[in-house]
Amino acid sequence: MKLKTVILAGTALAFAGSAALAKDLTVVSWGGAYQASQKNAYTDPYSAENPDINVIWDESSNEAVAKLRAMNEAGNITWDLVDVVASDAIRLCDEGLALEINPDEDLAAAPDGTPASEDFGDLLVSECFIPQIVYSTTFGYRSDVDEWGGKEPTEICDIFDLETFPGKRSLEKRPINNMEWALLCDGVPKDEVYNVLETEEGQAQAFAKLDSIKDNVVWWSAGAETPQLLADKEVVIGSTYNGRLFALIEEQKQPVKMLWDAQVFDLDGWIIPAGLPEDRLAEVKKLVKYATDTQRLADQAKYISYGPARKSSAPLVGQHAKLGIDMAPHMPTDPNNAKNTFLYNYEWWADYRDDIDAKFQAWLSQ
Amino acid sequence: MSDTTDGQVLTTQDGKPLKAALARALRREKLRALMLIAPLLIFVLITFVAPIADMLFRSVENGIVADTLPRTVIAIQEWDPNSGEVPSEEVFAALYGDMVVAVDQKTHTRLGSRLNYEQSGISSLFRKTGRRIKRMDEAGPFKEQFLDADRKWGNVSTWQVLKQFSPRYTGGYFLNSFDAQQTAEGIEMKPADERIYLFLFGRTLFLSIVITVSCLLLGYPIAFLLAALPLRTSNLLMILVLLPFWTSLLVRTSAWKVLLQQQGVINDFLVWTGIISDAGRLVMINNQTGTIIAMTHILLPFMILPLYSVMKTISPSYVRAAKSLGANDWIAFWRVYFPQSVPGIGAGAVLVFILSIGYYITPELVGGTSGIFISNRIAYHISSSLNWGLAASLGTLLLVAVLMLFVVYDKIVGIDNVKLG
Repeated sequence: MKLKTVILAGTALAFAGSAALAKDLTVVSWGGAYQASQKNAYTDPYSAENPDINVIWDESSNEAVAKLRAMNEAGNITWDLVDVVASDAIRLCDEGLALEINPDEDLAAAPDGTPASEDFGDLLVSECFIPQIVYSTTFGYRSDVDEWGGKEPTEICDIFDLETFPGKRSLEKRPINNMEWALLCDGVPKDEVYNVLETEEGQAQAFAKLDSIKDNVVWWSAGAETPQLLADKEVVIGSTYNGRLFALIEEQKQPVKMLWDAQVFDLDGWIIPAGLPEDRLAEVKKLVKYATDTQRLADQAKYISYGPARKSSAPLVGQHAKLGIDMAPHMPTDPNNAKNTFLYNYEWWADYRDDIDAKFQAWLSQ
Repeated sequence: MSDTTDGQVLTTQDGKPLKAALARALRREKLRALMLIAPLLIFVLITFVAPIADMLFRSVENGIVADTLPRTVIAIQEWDPNSGEVPSEEVFAALYGDMVVAVDQKTHTRLGSRLNYEQSGISSLFRKTGRRIKRMDEAGPFKEQFLDADRKWGNVSTWQVLKQFSPRYTGGYFLNSFDAQQTAEGIEMKPADERIYLFLFGRTLFLSIVITVSCLLLGYPIAFLLAALPLRTSNLLMILVLLPFWTSLLVRTSAWKVLLQQQGVINDFLVWTGIISDAGRLVMINNQTGTIIAMTHILLPFMILPLYSVMKTISPSYVRAAKSLGANDWIAFWRVYFPQSVPGIGAGAVLVFILSIGYYITPELVGGTSGIFISNRIAYHISSSLNWGLAASLGTLLLVAVLMLFVVYDKIVGIDNVKLG
């Protein structure tokens, strides 16, 4: 009996002791170079300033939506901060799985005093979403294709031009972006794309345009596939996230160039899971406020070529931490790269995704 | 025949009928055995059967509409969906009452996503209306204010969906899994450009059978060799079989990519030897061929191991006896050896087939568009679209299909005729 008491007391002490020593925060992200950039720019300096906080990284952002729902149903939220793309943030907010935030209260103001809601501006696409970076889905092409006779693609519609630019293309295995590009290259004006895509005829029109290159497309589902396919010469042009192409071109020195034309902007950022206990929530809010301030967002651009989501961070973007090259010309938001951009309509896709995805999958399997 | 005819009842020493005493003793025995396996049984029930049952239940469960809009669901019963007109002011008033509560609890957007699976646009309808609800006049008239918030409230189809999915249980997910839908006129097939699931079920079954057969064709000779060779050589061979088995699945799948792609090792070799021209490189990956090759390789050990353990028990003296009675090599094998190895074939084939029918990561990586399985769509609905109801009904159908194949297998081969060793 006595022994048991001693053991119990000892265990209790050990738990109490570890809790007093360090508070664990579980932060979920995408892994790879992106997560490393977040660790370098956000949490390493934060842990240095707050030695009692211990950040644990989890690489589950890919299945974050489903896992958060499962955690919510089980009533046991083990994550404190989750990195998701904007469309997933909207979905999580709709499902009541993410906490609504008040930008001006929960996020730091810019150094000149501009409130966060203005500094982030339109990028606050959902009540639950704390933007972090702007990235884009765009094309990279090999610059050493003999069959092209010295020509290089200059605009998005060259993707559909098999005569001037023969060879395989890689596109993402989902309708988003592909449908828009197809319509743009079939003569639909930019501001009418979603109105057209809303109709059955418009969807048929987009599929007909995609049909013209279907036999020459390799479909990817993970962002790393296109860089690999380009490096292996499996494809000559391919779409992927601009940071992946940056790594392929600048770090691995492959003969690949960026197309940038009609790049589709997308956002990535944090959400705080709904239903966290008060003490953990307070700690998470402190971390988020720190990690999304002007300097921290600018710092992240030292490690990866994604644009900071705050207007006030843009002038602070410097050089790559290892390569020593200027990062600004590699940002999707750089004026030279952003001559012709496309804005991805989150609300519209939240409505039509289920329907068009079913049609897209049926079209793929035909 | 009966043993209870008078004077013939067998009794124990203390006069009780022997039969009853025996039954009691047996019952006690059974209870004790049950107690012994109870921990395992409870564990399996809680961690395996219960979650599966819960997931299957989601394929018909639809309480969200009645829970979020309780008053509207009652009020809308009066409304005739074929009337061609939107419901009356009372229904809108009920909707207002429900929406105020729902917005307060933030459940309205969740309902919006649920109903958006049935009709595009309802998700934003609920989100938009939720934002406007606080500014609405409590006194009414509500119909006008709702139409003002979003025109879609004036569409009959919106209300048809709401009414159709108001019951607590729905067959809608299952209809969807069969590429069908409920319309005002009744159940009908979806338009041709949206049909996908039946086709994918068919492809999953077909490819799984092809993979099982190719595993058998490749695995049988290897298992035969393993069983026939002396122990030292066969151990070495066994390690070669098991080594890939222990290697990460993703590594093996990626290795096939390197080998099979158009600029890959095999194509390079064939071009170098002049068998194919540089322009005529073979397409062996991102299609069905890729899926079949990669999955056959990955599942091969599951065929070889049961085959081997059954073949190991076949005594070589049977074949020798057959030969001494005048059979040639082929007849001795086909008439004597092969029938004895059938239980191993049964076990291996069932194992490989069941595994391949639910596989999704390899088809996702090497299957392109023509080599993906139904499980890829289930994974999509679980992790991406969050349509767990549809995922559950697709999963249920897959489970039923497998069970039916089991019954067929039992009728043809006999389930007793399966041996793992």
